[in-house]
Amino acid sequence: MNARTLEKLNKQFGNGILESNEFRGELAVVVPPEKIVEVCRFLKEDPDLRFEMLADLFGLDMYSPVKRFGVVYNLYSLKNHHRIRIKTFVEESHPHVQTVTGVWSTANWHERETFDMFGIVFDGHPDLRRIYMPDEFEHYPLRKDFPLMGIPGSLYLPKK
Amino acid sequence: MGLESALGDSLMLSKLEDAINWCRKNSLFPMPMGISCCAIEMMAFAGPRFDSSRFGSEVFRFSPRQADVMIVAGTTTYKMARVVRKIYDQMPDPKWVIAMGACTSSGGMYRTYSVVQGIDQFLPVDLYVAGCPPRPDNLLHALITLQQKIQRRESKGSTLALAGDFPQHKPKPPVVA
Repeated sequence: MNARTLEKLNKQFGNGILESNEFRGELAVVVPPEKIVEVCRFLKEDPDLRFEMLADLFGLDMYSPVKRFGVVYNLYSLKNHHRIRIKTFVEESHPHVQTVTGVWSTANWHERETFDMFGIVFDGHPDLRRIYMPDEFEHYPLRKDFPLMGIPGSLYLPKK
Repeated sequence: MGLESALGDSLMLSKLEDAINWCRKNSLFPMPMGISCCAIEMMAFAGPRFDSSRFGSEVFRFSPRQADVMIVAGTTTYKMARVVRKIYDQMPDPKWVIAMGACTSSGGMYRTYSVVQGIDQFLPVDLYVAGCPPRPDNLLHALITLQQKIQRRESKGSTLALAGDFPQHKPKPPVVA
């Protein structure tokens, strides 16, 4: 199944697939951020593959000078009982990825979470607000350069 | 005492403030501030097996306007802290606070940016209950201890409405992380 999925992806997108690896039977594919919506839509709508379920979507901070932030999409095919992982990486200077809310509406809150925690902006998202932290909070807590105990005074606490 | 012997067994003399405090301590209406898993033990504390009513704690009131003691049971995040404070401010005086469990008292195992490291940073706490979560008997013990504090006029509570002269509560400086 992994081989068939990869073959179909390669056939559809040619050298648009940057990298792929298989570890313990799980296929992971790296695609450029501008292709992510196309790839996701293809994987969902292809009659053979049918990755209809976005099991999870989350961010990564590689803390590297180039391609610092990543977004990972875990997909599940109900028809084939099969999983695939899609990754895409963006630069720190321009952390923008196209939204996949048009493909799976469940991505709405997942993308809000990723935005809240990593500051990755999902272009075209219908309602990109913070989901966990208060609206007025100015930092991104899951970035590697954020201190564990937070930044003193950055969160409001009522007076005693 | 000449007066008491003259009155016989029909009357008992006491200070007015002691009588008022005796009334107050035996009808504490808790405000359940169940934020996480400690709330399960808090429910057992009120339920038939542990039955806090035996000790004069009455029913849980889900409106802060009808409650005397707020039991803060669970991990208090910064985002929740403003809600907890708002509810506390709506309670009528005199009022007391029990910090139930490790998270509420000190942040517990959540040593992280989002969790307040002890609710005494924004509330006047009367009692801290140890445990993760504390057993219901532990909370019962806290209730009885709070009652004793009220009777002895030691409780911080709210200084304005309490009977008797209470030393003004001086807040400790917040724990610096």
